[in-house]
Amino acid sequence: MTIDAAELQRRTAELLAAHPPATTDRLDFLKARFDAGLAWVHYPQGLGGLGAPRSLQVVVDAELEAAGAPDNDPRRIGIGLGMAAPTILKYGTEEQKQRFLRPLWVGEEVWCQLFSEPGAGSDLAALGTRAVRESGGDWVVNGQKVWTSSAHVARWAILIARTDPDLPKHAGITYFLCDMTDPGVEVRPLRQVTGEAEFNEVFLTDVRIPDAHRLGEVGDGWRVAQTTLNNERVAIGGMRLPREGGMIGPVSGTWRERPELRTHDLHQRLLKLWVEAEVARLTAERLRQQLVAGQPGPEGAGMKLAFARLNQEISGLEVELLGAEGLLYDDWTMRRPELVDFTGREAGYRYLRSKGNSIEGGTSEVLLNIVAERVLGLPSEPRTDKDVAWKDLAR
Amino acid sequence: MSAQPDLLYSEEEEALRAAVRDLLADHCDAPGVIARTESDAPHDLAAWKALSDGMGLAGLLVPESLGGQGATHREVAVVLEELGRAVAPVPYLTSAVVATEALLALGDEELLGRLASGRSIGALAVGLHTAPGAAVQAVHVEGGLLQGELSGIADAAAADVLLVPADDGGLYAVDASAVTITPQVSLDLTRPLATLTFADAPGRRLGDAEPAVRRGLRAGAGLLASEQLGLAEWALTETVRYLKERKQFNRPVGGFQAIKHRLAQLWLEVVNLRAVARGAADALASGEDADLAVAVAQAYAAGVAVHAAEEALQLHAGIGMTWEHPIHLYLKRAKADSIAYGSAGAHRTAVAELVDLRAP
Ligand SMILES: Cc1cc2nc3c(=O)[nH]c(=O)nc-3n(C[C@H](O)[C@H](O)[C@H](O)COP(=O)(O)OP(=O)(O)OC[C@H]3O[C@@H](n4cnc5c(N)ncnc54)[C@H](O)[C@@H]3O)c2cc1C
Repeated sequence: MTIDAAELQRRTAELLAAHPPATTDRLDFLKARFDAGLAWVHYPQGLGGLGAPRSLQVVVDAELEAAGAPDNDPRRIGIGLGMAAPTILKYGTEEQKQRFLRPLWVGEEVWCQLFSEPGAGSDLAALGTRAVRESGGDWVVNGQKVWTSSAHVARWAILIARTDPDLPKHAGITYFLCDMTDPGVEVRPLRQVTGEAEFNEVFLTDVRIPDAHRLGEVGDGWRVAQTTLNNERVAIGGMRLPREGGMIGPVSGTWRERPELRTHDLHQRLLKLWVEAEVARLTAERLRQQLVAGQPGPEGAGMKLAFARLNQEISGLEVELLGAEGLLYDDWTMRRPELVDFTGREAGYRYLRSKGNSIEGGTSEVLLNIVAERVLGLPSEPRTDKDVAWKDLAR
Repeated sequence: MSAQPDLLYSEEEEALRAAVRDLLADHCDAPGVIARTESDAPHDLAAWKALSDGMGLAGLLVPESLGGQGATHREVAVVLEELGRAVAPVPYLTSAVVATEALLALGDEELLGRLASGRSIGALAVGLHTAPGAAVQAVHVEGGLLQGELSGIADAAAADVLLVPADDGGLYAVDASAVTITPQVSLDLTRPLATLTFADAPGRRLGDAEPAVRRGLRAGAGLLASEQLGLAEWALTETVRYLKERKQFNRPVGGFQAIKHRLAQLWLEVVNLRAVARGAADALASGEDADLAVAVAQAYAAGVAVHAAEEALQLHAGIGMTWEHPIHLYLKRAKADSIAYGSAGAHRTAVAELVDLRAP
C-alpha cells in the first residue's frame, strides 16, 4: 500500500487512541510509536518506519505535538539519531539493526562518536587508534580519542580505528560499534573554555570488540564513516525557527528592556546582525520547504557556517552591550552537563561556548573547502598522502 | 507568529524564468548592451517590446479586468532575477513595477491599461535614491500647469508618461513630450537618470501622491532584491566558470584555497539573498508583513550584490578591469542598486522601527 499523508494521519490517530499520552508511560509510548513505524517514517517497516517519503515525517510530528505526545528528546540523543542510526541502517547486519535502532531512537541508549584524535582532527583519516584481530575473531583496540561529546552518558559509541597501517590512510580503517561499559574504556572529562566539561577524552586500552560489532567490511571504514559525516552536516532538520528564535532573541530582549545600555555604535551593529539572523532564518526555512517538497538543495552545507558565525558575532556583541556586567561571568564551576544549554546561561557563557560552533563537526575552513569543491565544483586540494602507507606518513 | 512565506519557486515560475532567459539570450547579449550604452539610446526598446508586447510581462501586476495578467509579485520577481542576470537595459522595474504600483494605488484605469500592455512606458518622477516613506521633491502646480525641476529620475529618457508629485499633495500624469528631459551622466549605464524640467507643463491630477509614491517605492525596493539576486548569481557563476579554466602556476586558479574560500563565502551570501528576496516577493504578494520583509531584504541585498560584482572584478583581475568585459556593467548596476529605493542604512532604520529596536 502507498503511504501518503492521509494514511499517516490515520495511523497516528490509531497510535494515540491505543496509547493515550496522558495515561501512558513516556518510554512505553515511544516504544509503541517506534513499533507503529511512526518514529522515522522513511525507515523500513520493522525498524521504526514505513518506507514512506522522508518529507512526510512532519505530518506525524505535527499530529503528535498537537496531541501533547512525549518526544524522544532529540537534542540529548542527537549523535545517535543523526549519525549512528543512518550508518547502521545503511551498513548494519539484520541483527545489528534489530539490536540497536529501537533503544537508540527511544533514547534508552545514548550514543557518542569516537572519531577525533589528538593527532587527527580535520585530517580524520590519519587516525592512529589501532584495532588488531585475534585468532578467535574478536578485535582488540588501543588508542586515544578526544573532544567526545556525551561520552560520559553514552552506552554505545561509533568508532573508527586503523586495522592495516601498511595501506594508505583511507584504505586501512574499519568501523566498529563500541560498548562504552567495557572495562578498557576510560572516559575523562575535558574541561573547556567555559569552565564546564561537556566533552571528554576517551582512552581505549585493550578494549575487546566482538566481530559481530563491526559495521561494514574490514578496511571499508572510511567509506562507512562518510555516511556518518554527511549526515552530521545535514543535521539541520525540519525545525521551524520563529523570528528572533536563535541567539538574536536574548540580546534583542536586553536592548528593549535596558535603554541605559544603548549606544549608537552598538545600535548599528545590532541592527546589522538582527537582519542577518532573520535572513539566515529564512534560508533555513527555505531549506526546510525544499526538503518537504522532496527537492533537497546543497544549502544545508552552508547553514552550519552561517549559524556559527552569527552565534559568535551576536554573543560577542551581547557581552559588549552589557558593559560593566559583561566583565562578569555567571559561574566557572567545573560541571559535566549532559547537554549544551545556551539559553539557560548568561552572555559570557554563550560567547565562549559558541566558539566551538565553528570547530565541532568540521571546522568552518574545512566546510568552505567542501562547499567550494562539492557545490561549486572547484578543483580539490593537491594531495601528497594518497598513495603512501599510513605508517610512512609524517606525524 | 504569522504564517511562513512560501520561499520556493513553482513550476510555472520556473517556466516563466526559462522563457525570459531565452528571450534575453536572443535580444540582450553583453556586447550589444555595451554598444548601446555608448549610443544616444541606452535603452533596449526591442527587448522591452518583446517582453511587454510579446510576453505580456509589463502587465503582470495589473488585474485582468484592466488589461493585465493578474499575476503577483512572485512572478515579477522571477522576471527581475533574469533581467538582473542580463543587466538588461529595459525600464521594467521603473515602469511595470514602481509606476504601475503607484497607479494601482490610485486606480487610474486608462493609464494602467496603457502601461500593462507596454504601449506606454511610465516613470515615477521621484529620485531613484528615495526610500519608501521618505520625503520627496515636488514641482509647483497652478491651474494644472507644472513648474520646476526634478533630477535623478530613472528611465525617464524612455518614458511616455511621467507621474509627478506636486506641491498641492497630488500626483500628476504628465505627457513626456510636454517636459524637457535632460540625460544625466549616470554611474549605472543601463538604468540612466535624467533631469526633468517643467515649464507650464500640463498635467492631470490622479489623486494623492503620498500613498501612491510609498506603495510604488515599497514594491520597487522589495523587488529590487530579486534583480540583485540575478546579478549576484551571474557574477558568482561567471567567476567560478572562469577560474576553473584560468591557469596560473600550472594549476587552475580556482584550486587555490584562498580563492575557493572566497567563492564559497559568496555562494553562501547568494543562498541567503535568494531566501530573503523570495521572502520579500511573497510578502508583497500576500500583503502580510510586507514592510518588514522589504526592509530586511533591502538591508541585506545591496551588500551581497556589490560584493559579488566586486569579487568578480578582482578575481577576473586584468580582464575584469576592461571596458570590453561586461563585469563593469554589473558593478555599476550593483553599486547604483545599493542606493536605489533607499540605502541599506535607511532600511535598517526602518527595521529598527518595525521590530522595536530603538536608537539610543
Ligand atoms: C565543541 C566541540 C565538540 C566536538 N565534538 C566531537 C565529538 O562528539 N566527537 C568527535 O569525534 N569529535 C568531536 N569534536 C572534534 C572536532 O571534530 C575537531 O576538533 C575538528 O574536526 C577539528 O580538528 P582539530 O581540532 O584537530 O583541528 P585541526 O585539524 O588541527 O585544525 C587546526 C586549524 O587548521 C585548519 N585546517 C585544517 N585543515 C585544513 C585545510 N585542509 N584547509 C584549511 N584549513 C585547515 C582548521 O580549520 C583549524 O583552524 C568536537 C570539537 C569541539 C570543539
